[in-house]
Amino acid sequence: MQSRASLLGGLALLVAAALAAPFLPDWMVSLATIAFANALVVLGLVVLWRVGLVSFGQALYYCIGAYAVALTGRWTGFTDALALVLLGGVGAGIVAASIGFLLARYREIFFAMLSLALSMILYGVLVKTESLGSTDGFSVATPTFFGYAPHGAQLSHWLYWLTLGVDAIAALLVGLYFRSVAGALAAPIRDNEIRVEFLGISVSGIIHTKVIIAGVLGGLGGALAAMSIGHVDPNMAYWTTSGGFVFVTVLAGSGYVAAAFVGSLAFEALRSFAVDVMPQLWQMTLGSVLLLTILFLPEGLGSLVSRLRQRRAVKP
Amino acid sequence: MAHRRTATLWSLAGLAAVAAMVPAQFEVFAQTPAPAAAPIKLGIVSFLSGPAASPFGIPGRNGAEIVLEALNAGTAPAPYNKVGFGGTKVEAKYVDEAGSAANVVTDFRNLVQRDQVDAVVGYISSGNCLAVAPVAEELKALTVFYDCGTPRIFEEKARAYVFRASPHATMDSVGAARYLVAKKKNITSYSGINQNYAWGQDSWRDFIGAMKVLAPKAEADKILFPKLFAGEFGAEVSTLLTSKSQALHTSFWDGDLEGFIYQEQARGLDKRMTIIATTGESSIWRLRDKMPDGTIIGGRGPHGPLAPDNAFNKWFSKIYTDRYNVPPTYPSYQMAQSLLGLKLAYEKAAAGGAKPNADQIAAAFKGLTFTGPSGETKMVLGDGHQGIQETAYGTYRFNKAKKEPEIVDVMRFPAECVNPPPGIDADKWIADGMKGAKC
Amino acid sequence: MLTASAILTDGLVYAAYLFIVAVGLTLIFGVMKILNVTHGSFYAFGAYGAATAVGIYTNGDWPAALGFLFMLGFAMAIGLVMGIILERGLLRLVYGKDEVVIVLVTYATFLILEDVIGLVWGTASYAAYQPMIAAGNIEIGDLVLSNYDIVLVVLAAVVAALAYWSLKFTRYGRLLTTVIYDRETAAAFGINVTLVYTVTFLIGAALGALGGAVMAPKISVTLGIGVEVIVLAFAVVAIGGMGSIEGALVGALIVGICRAAAVHLVPQIELFVIYGVMALVLVARPYGLFVRAQPRKI
Repeated sequence: MQSRASLLGGLALLVAAALAAPFLPDWMVSLATIAFANALVVLGLVVLWRVGLVSFGQALYYCIGAYAVALTGRWTGFTDALALVLLGGVGAGIVAASIGFLLARYREIFFAMLSLALSMILYGVLVKTESLGSTDGFSVATPTFFGYAPHGAQLSHWLYWLTLGVDAIAALLVGLYFRSVAGALAAPIRDNEIRVEFLGISVSGIIHTKVIIAGVLGGLGGALAAMSIGHVDPNMAYWTTSGGFVFVTVLAGSGYVAAAFVGSLAFEALRSFAVDVMPQLWQMTLGSVLLLTILFLPEGLGSLVSRLRQRRAVKP
Repeated sequence: MAHRRTATLWSLAGLAAVAAMVPAQFEVFAQTPAPAAAPIKLGIVSFLSGPAASPFGIPGRNGAEIVLEALNAGTAPAPYNKVGFGGTKVEAKYVDEAGSAANVVTDFRNLVQRDQVDAVVGYISSGNCLAVAPVAEELKALTVFYDCGTPRIFEEKARAYVFRASPHATMDSVGAARYLVAKKKNITSYSGINQNYAWGQDSWRDFIGAMKVLAPKAEADKILFPKLFAGEFGAEVSTLLTSKSQALHTSFWDGDLEGFIYQEQARGLDKRMTIIATTGESSIWRLRDKMPDGTIIGGRGPHGPLAPDNAFNKWFSKIYTDRYNVPPTYPSYQMAQSLLGLKLAYEKAAAGGAKPNADQIAAAFKGLTFTGPSGETKMVLGDGHQGIQETAYGTYRFNKAKKEPEIVDVMRFPAECVNPPPGIDADKWIADGMKGAKC
Repeated sequence: MLTASAILTDGLVYAAYLFIVAVGLTLIFGVMKILNVTHGSFYAFGAYGAATAVGIYTNGDWPAALGFLFMLGFAMAIGLVMGIILERGLLRLVYGKDEVVIVLVTYATFLILEDVIGLVWGTASYAAYQPMIAAGNIEIGDLVLSNYDIVLVVLAAVVAALAYWSLKFTRYGRLLTTVIYDRETAAAFGINVTLVYTVTFLIGAALGALGGAVMAPKISVTLGIGVEVIVLAFAVVAIGGMGSIEGALVGALIVGICRAAAVHLVPQIELFVIYGVMALVLVARPYGLFVRAQPRKI
């Protein structure tokens, strides 16, 4: 009953967002596409955050997903969007699975620092690769959709719809995962993992799974973002990119799956607004919003919903 | 029940987020039927924050501000003396270039589609130029890059709506090599210190390539690539102190250049080898007597003290210095030159009287030749979309009597001497021995 | 032989720089368990403050040594003021929250302060080279050393010795050690943890500003210098062990020598040295070199 209600709500939201595209100006559709692509990375961070882990290196998977798309297009000329997105996700997932053996042993700030170091090593490798344009990066071939090659506004609509589709499936699966036993163990692990281990459950196994989930989501997000931006560069692996994702995660809160998407959209809109209105003070604007969120909405934007709900519940 | 309400609330939150962006959209609708007297809108994109703001972003922005002011007042020298662009005043919107490629592309779309600017002039980072170019093409938005250096923009793909009046960076390294070889005929060894990112790597590749052609017997000794904004160069200076090179090539800019100069000076490296600073011109007004005498200085073209002595230069450096109390440096010149080129193209396209569209302006800009504060620009590369100019290098001297920086012993290299001929990629041109150079 | 001695001296100078930059960060983490991103702002404000101070003293005709001390004092005073405002005005409100949330509070503050720098000092860059040029240089064989760099190494050694001495032999230092070891027990024994926090944060802030101040004469003081330093300091602290002063010292030495060796012998890998060393150390010793794994509480 419960899950059906939120499922219906999510579906309604999805359909509304998809139908809105042709009526919105193109720049807004592009902004929303990038926001919803980045939201996948944020969703991955939410998965980790539920066990109390934060990665300052999630840009590693974002960058791998993006470069997987760009390099495939560059080397083979293959441009099918859906296949490329899956490739980005799988590629990042494989990397996450292998370094997960290492990362799953780490907790707290050490988890954050090791992921940061790994993403910075990828950054260094890409900067050193002059044949791929070093820090200038290179452009991504225009994607196609099962042989259909749209242009201009059509292209941005199709990318937007693809992003929404991937988002919807990711949100659904992550929602299911949160309700599974492994997902439900997140809070107990966060509180005290030894007790969980005494129940005969492998905590590092669960964390390893979460690292992979977050990695796949990061790769999918990077792949979608690369196609939407049309360009990749090593900056996608730099620590400030990771910092931006963590920023949105805190803004959104870990309470709801949908919060990642609304939070990411709100963040992109806010940044765009701040750069537009206060070109010399946009960092201050972003910083202030983050501070105010932490101080007054400690559980993120998501908690707005629960607060409203509680208030309604109290008032008859 | 509670959860259904949650879902409703989420829908509301989503709607609110979309609604937050809607007022801007109405603005767009309100502006679409532009009345005849509506000003021409330009988007000016430049670094307003971060490390590239002080040396490039702000001087570029200031150059745009002062030139557009003079154009709107109709006080620029002929042929730029028509008010604004073809009699219509020009309004500029200044945007920060800082942020990721995604941010830069988003802001570009916002300028074109939301703010409906008639043209975008800007971009300092080559990466940003490469990211923006395809979007500009897709949106058919007239875009003029003013400072970014990579030759790849027009070599990788033909562009219809993208222009760059400023020559690409190959010219800087080839010019530096030509000047060095002319001044030090017996050079046997040289070293390089460049930042470890695309600009530094490309600059060094072009420089060493040109040196192999011009002085095949000279050898490259120490090749150093410290990380960008490293700040501390102690180990690099030591390494260079152990080298017997006569010259040191560097494409460092601003913070790294100045930091390196302070640190090497404390240890006397410039007494042992001549430093060639390809962007040195943008730092001389801050370094003043701290820039070692004898340093070979470039300014990415004939700008600043290296600019030709023409009426446009006198006009521009006067209005700029009067306003900002400091002489203009090369980014200001590049911006001025780009804006003047765009103005001429616009007026050529508007000859019929009606407001020209992007296609008409692009057709007029293609292959244009015009003269501005830094001399003559010929739009001949990249099928008429990429400009070439002569370049100049000189030797630095701090004039103690006047207490002013000076560049003496200036050598000028014609545009065709330091730029590849049309249709040949810069890398390949250098590797093949710079064939067809007319010096 | 020349190369070997050059690697050693360059490594020492770089290590001195890293240690001065990182020591404040590790102190604050050790006591307060806060990974303080604002450290980059302290560094930047220190450097800008030092540039302002150098401007003041070159205008007034003071002896160079006095000017150097004035510069350090001025910058550390700025650090102290910032520290007290931040700790009392902001961090106090978020103690007890998730470690990561506090990291983000400091990240937000860092973003705000980046623009504050632009508002206070403008976008133009500043030079403060006078103390370094005035210090002169000495020639040892073929190698020329800057006397300022030698002062830097001595200063780092003094800071390290002071930190060690005050932690081991002063009353406050012992209180601090108690709080580092177990905050709750310390509070139960009647230690005023709030006061310890404030004082620690102030010292950390002043040390961050000191880092900026000593580097100011060597660099061009410009927007964005704080960003570069944060990750560098993080790396050093992570290698040595978060919160360990001797760890920061050893971490700085390892990174300093490795980097100098890379520049002299294989310049191609210089970019990877710091993160490579960091990843290797973390793989071998997850908590850094000088921190033993914490016993887990049930």
